[in-house]
Amino acid sequence: MWGVLRQKVCAGGLPGMYIRPAVAAFRNYSSSAKQMMVREALNSALDEEMSADHRVFLMGEEVGEYQGAYKISKGLLEKYGPERVLDTPITEAGFTGIGVGAAYYGLRPVVEFMTFNFSMQAIDHIINSAAKSNYMSAGQISVPIVFRGPNGAAAGVGAQHSQCYAAWYGSCPGLKVLSPYSSEDARGLLKAAIRDPDPVVFLENELLYGESFPVSDEVLDSSFCLPIGKAKIEREGKDVTITAYSKMVGFALKAAEMLSKEGISAEVINLRSIRPLDRSTINASVRKTNRLVTVEEGFPQHGVGAEICTSVIEESFGYLDAPVERIAGADVPMPYAANLERMAVPQVEDIVRAAKRACYRSVPMAATA
Amino acid sequence: MATLLLGRSRSAIQNLLKRTALLSALTHSPPPSSSAASHVGCRYRAPPSQGNRSLAVLFPFSRHESTKAQIQLQQTHLAEDDDTQLDEVLDFPGGKVAFTSEMRFIPESAEKRVPCYRVLNDDGVPMPYSNYVKVSKEMAVKMYSAMVTLQTMDNVFYELQRQGRISFYLTSMGEEAVNIASAAALSADDVILPQYREPGVLLWRGFTLQEFANQLMGNEADFGKGKQMPIHYGSNKHNYITISSPIATQLPQAAGVAYALKMEGGKACAVTYFGDGASSEGDFHAAMNFAAVMEAPVIFICRNNGWAISTPIEEQFRSDGVVVKGRAYGIRSIRVDGNDTLAVYSAVRTAREMAVNENRPVLIEALTYRAGHHSTSDDSTKYRSIDEIEYWKKARNPVNRFKRWLESNEWWGDEDELKLRQSVKKELLQAIQVAEKAQKPALEELFRDVYDQVPSNLEGQERQLRETIKKHIGDYPSDVPL
Repeated sequence: MWGVLRQKVCAGGLPGMYIRPAVAAFRNYSSSAKQMMVREALNSALDEEMSADHRVFLMGEEVGEYQGAYKISKGLLEKYGPERVLDTPITEAGFTGIGVGAAYYGLRPVVEFMTFNFSMQAIDHIINSAAKSNYMSAGQISVPIVFRGPNGAAAGVGAQHSQCYAAWYGSCPGLKVLSPYSSEDARGLLKAAIRDPDPVVFLENELLYGESFPVSDEVLDSSFCLPIGKAKIEREGKDVTITAYSKMVGFALKAAEMLSKEGISAEVINLRSIRPLDRSTINASVRKTNRLVTVEEGFPQHGVGAEICTSVIEESFGYLDAPVERIAGADVPMPYAANLERMAVPQVEDIVRAAKRACYRSVPMAATA
Repeated sequence: MATLLLGRSRSAIQNLLKRTALLSALTHSPPPSSSAASHVGCRYRAPPSQGNRSLAVLFPFSRHESTKAQIQLQQTHLAEDDDTQLDEVLDFPGGKVAFTSEMRFIPESAEKRVPCYRVLNDDGVPMPYSNYVKVSKEMAVKMYSAMVTLQTMDNVFYELQRQGRISFYLTSMGEEAVNIASAAALSADDVILPQYREPGVLLWRGFTLQEFANQLMGNEADFGKGKQMPIHYGSNKHNYITISSPIATQLPQAAGVAYALKMEGGKACAVTYFGDGASSEGDFHAAMNFAAVMEAPVIFICRNNGWAISTPIEEQFRSDGVVVKGRAYGIRSIRVDGNDTLAVYSAVRTAREMAVNENRPVLIEALTYRAGHHSTSDDSTKYRSIDEIEYWKKARNPVNRFKRWLESNEWWGDEDELKLRQSVKKELLQAIQVAEKAQKPALEELFRDVYDQVPSNLEGQERQLRETIKKHIGDYPSDVPL
């Protein structure tokens, strides 16, 4: 029944159908569950979707012989051959264009960017061709393509390898933008992305690839799929809502632990989907807790947090007991030196302090967090 | 291998020495004496690990002290033919290359420009010894009629924009032959990825004048439901991908479509059109390179019409046009007279067979001239002489040229001409009338097709909009059907 329910939600995309018992059920499984690395989760999702649909194929730099720059596509070339796993020359504009063309014709490409920073060289194809074609052709041309790769900061890779693109892609109608955190997210969302008829930007995180998470049998099933546009409440709470995506979910959970020791019960929401944003879950949570802290790694101006803040003000202004706190990366290109890098990215302590400020447990400081 | 080295080493060394003498002269260092030569000759037979120093002496010009270079030199082998002892071959990643001791830069341009394939001369008379794919009377008349229709359509729609009845238009004047003849040479299954100056291809495939007019007016019958500006037509059923404004993006996409077609195993190819200006885009490079590597059945048709808005060819590139770029990517190419209907037809027909049967990309550069302005937003008399424009419009007109050939075969006459032009004009004016009177797309179209399924936030926005319209009906245009 659980599997069936999940399939129904996935296929119909029914909004607002969030089932509370799901969280409890998952918690029950976690104690005896298998551990799976995010890398394995992505690999298995790709493998299963490629085996289920012969139109799905993978392309990108180093995805074949090298087994993937981050080993996400390990073993796929051997299993599916060079027609389904294509090593491309170094031209993001080129292979993204080719992917879009193949999608126009009816194939289902998964285009890998070594990092989303390089996707900027192909961004015209992503936005002007993939995102807008269905609309511009009034439904005649659909583009069932997935763009995936690591997004955001890694460790010590400097300005041109650390930018978070959630806000950029998240602002474009025509695209769907997902960002997984755990292995369950990675599997379920990537499968959903590949099966979706619209173009999807799938923002992974390099540092999460090696992290392990417990996965239930449901998650391991090949028909497993998560709905696009639904956030997940990772930890229930009643005093303050903390929204986050990707790696910051882990930080937010740690912050919630620290806060609980000080008597603040934080509710952590894993957005999972940047576009469409699950405004109903976020607003329902804020209406319960009356306080909001948004967390993201990307630049603050025009970021995901800014959109969440506006959504809450538009729909739940009367429920807010404190100004919305926004935690984001520093408004500078990412520095390289380890000490500077640490200062440029949100840390757990920043989230704790922000939550306390939202709970009026400390005096707000000007500018710096 | 060792015996081979021993057996041939003496002559090898003599060759190497000859080279050394030559190269030493170039680098102004004293050539090794003959005694040294035989001395080194003995040393040459020694295993590589001991020979390092001697070889370093032998090739004073060599900056590579690394063993790798030296081993490579030791492993050079002679060509089979003893007459060409100098034809030594070197293998680097990518294959074997012949040596040359002559330092010669490949000139930036060939002595002669790549010749242009044509069948009919400017007066429509077949050139002597021309070989081309024969066309039947039926096909020839059909092509000519389509060219006249395209010409008429362009004239009428251009005027329509000037009258303020449509917001924008872009003509293909002067390029009727490229449009129609190339379309005629393809099959209906071939997928077209156009730039924007190829409405003739869509016309050939059966897009009606009414459908063109609907798209320009953006009414409810428009396939694009009024979501695109004029001339951005597209049609699934005609295998013609919707026009997209950014230049050259269709090129790598065409390689992608071709790849999909190849995987499908059918006998169709992808065909993409672009102008001389588009060949400067990065996408052109990526597409050509990829298509060659992937062995994709795609035909790249470049309409080299001399102008990219106001940028003339001399400022666009310094190569001999676009055709020479094909070889740089390992792609078979041909330069064809774009104003010669029969030449374009033959070249595209043949290219298609190559693409489909051999799974390879082909590049066709059609030399032509953009007789009209870039678009209705342009006045090309600002950057080119009116004489030049008139010359190409009158003396080098592709439609007239083909007509003369038809007339010489007695397949066409003045009466046919009159009848055709009158009927096309009439059909056009009627189509425009119908299109203008037709309703605009309904309000719901604003929110459809952003995604496959309408998301709840857009449903909500539509509801909000309708409520607002109800409350303030006077503030909204009355010609937008709710």
